Amino acid sequence: MTKVNPPIAMLAELTHRCPLSCPYCSNPLELARQETEIDTEIWCDVFRQAADLGVLQLHLSGGEPASRRDLIPLVEAAREAGLYTNLITSGIGLTEKRLHALDKAGLDHVQLSLQGTDPAMADEIGGYRGGFARKMQVADWIGAIGFPLTLNVVLHRRNLHQLPRAIEIAQEMGARRIEIATVQFHGWAIENRAALMPTREQAREASRLVAEARARLKGELVIDYVPADYHEDLPKRCMGGWGSSGLNVTPDGRVLPCHAAETIPHLQFDNVADRPLAEIWYEGAAFNAYRGTDWMQEPCRSCDRREIDFGGCRCQAMALLGDPAATDPVCVKSPHHGMLQEAAGAYATQDDAPLVYREFSETPRKARTS
Amino acid sequence: MRAGDVPALPRGVRLHYDRVREAWVLLAPERAVTLDAIGHAILSEIDGQRSLAEITQTLAEKYDAPSQQIAEDSAGFLSALRDRRFLDVVR
Repeated sequence: MTKVNPPIAMLAELTHRCPLSCPYCSNPLELARQETEIDTEIWCDVFRQAADLGVLQLHLSGGEPASRRDLIPLVEAAREAGLYTNLITSGIGLTEKRLHALDKAGLDHVQLSLQGTDPAMADEIGGYRGGFARKMQVADWIGAIGFPLTLNVVLHRRNLHQLPRAIEIAQEMGARRIEIATVQFHGWAIENRAALMPTREQAREASRLVAEARARLKGELVIDYVPADYHEDLPKRCMGGWGSSGLNVTPDGRVLPCHAAETIPHLQFDNVADRPLAEIWYEGAAFNAYRGTDWMQEPCRSCDRREIDFGGCRCQAMALLGDPAATDPVCVKSPHHGMLQEAAGAYATQDDAPLVYREFSETPRKARTS
Repeated sequence: MRAGDVPALPRGVRLHYDRVREAWVLLAPERAVTLDAIGHAILSEIDGQRSLAEITQTLAEKYDAPSQQIAEDSAGFLSALRDRRFLDVVR
């Protein structure tokens, strides 16, 4: 049996509602509607349970968390539970007054997303006109209040050339940290692989620019970097290992080992309305499905990196190979690695591919058995 | 960090007792750093007023250990915190 440690971080997807409709949104294709969202009281109880379980870091996310009218009481409850409380936001829906209320409620940190470094790019990618200008206004208020700020920028073929300017913007905003993430292909991004896949040259240039900026800005701006996954030879250590350090709660209260876990069809997910969080973490079927190394096949099973990257991403193995226990094909040891690299190259040349924006489906979300 | 520098924990970085793991941690944006005894002792003294030399002197008296030794033992730890922007020098 794998020894199970308490989780450190919890991602609370408060809602799937969002004014933006980014084509790489990590939310599932079937978005949870407002009427299925769990209420303030349940969230507050989940925060207390999370703190009791050992969670230290709480990430309030979405969708756009500011779309929740009870955001202030939720932050108060999270801080009261003893959690380090981080708001992951596009900025849209935050007013100066609301930011002051968040300050008073004890919000620890703000992570602001950037879709592009100018209005034309940012508003096209976010699918929201005026979004960039509004975001810059919100960034000014965040700076005036003094919240610690991380700027979070998602890069892809259309905006990778804006990386140097994104780093400058982070500095101008007084951010201590920037997360530079090349788009990862989960959720809506899978639908947009042809429109967003960076070229191999772009991916290489991004890594070079990041290394240069890290050296130049040491002690000034911390840079966390997620490289272009499909162009790598070693898979990412997804979630730090399945069910090892983090968990995710969906707007309707289901508890997932990662935000994309629902794409694995055979997994059963527990809901916070039905079962205590600690029991879900330690005993839940979905959490135990890919914990440790017992589930592995070859070449993972005998690989000396099996406890370094845990075979990469389970959801990616599912999406690309239809087998969630397969080696992530990003890995050079996967028999499908060559196929993936070829596919990535082909996607990257489709310059006329249109963006597929995230949206709520017309038909109601189908009933789930779990 | 020099002996005369005055360190401070910036907003959004704070000490927290982790009652589940029974250990002190430093909570910072998207990070939790587990602290050993000396790390916790030093960070507890940091107040944005006193210099590193004054802090190590206080600890030397409290724990009956040479001040120079404490400064040397914590130099790498403090400089790593500074590189991560978890610690500022205010003067």
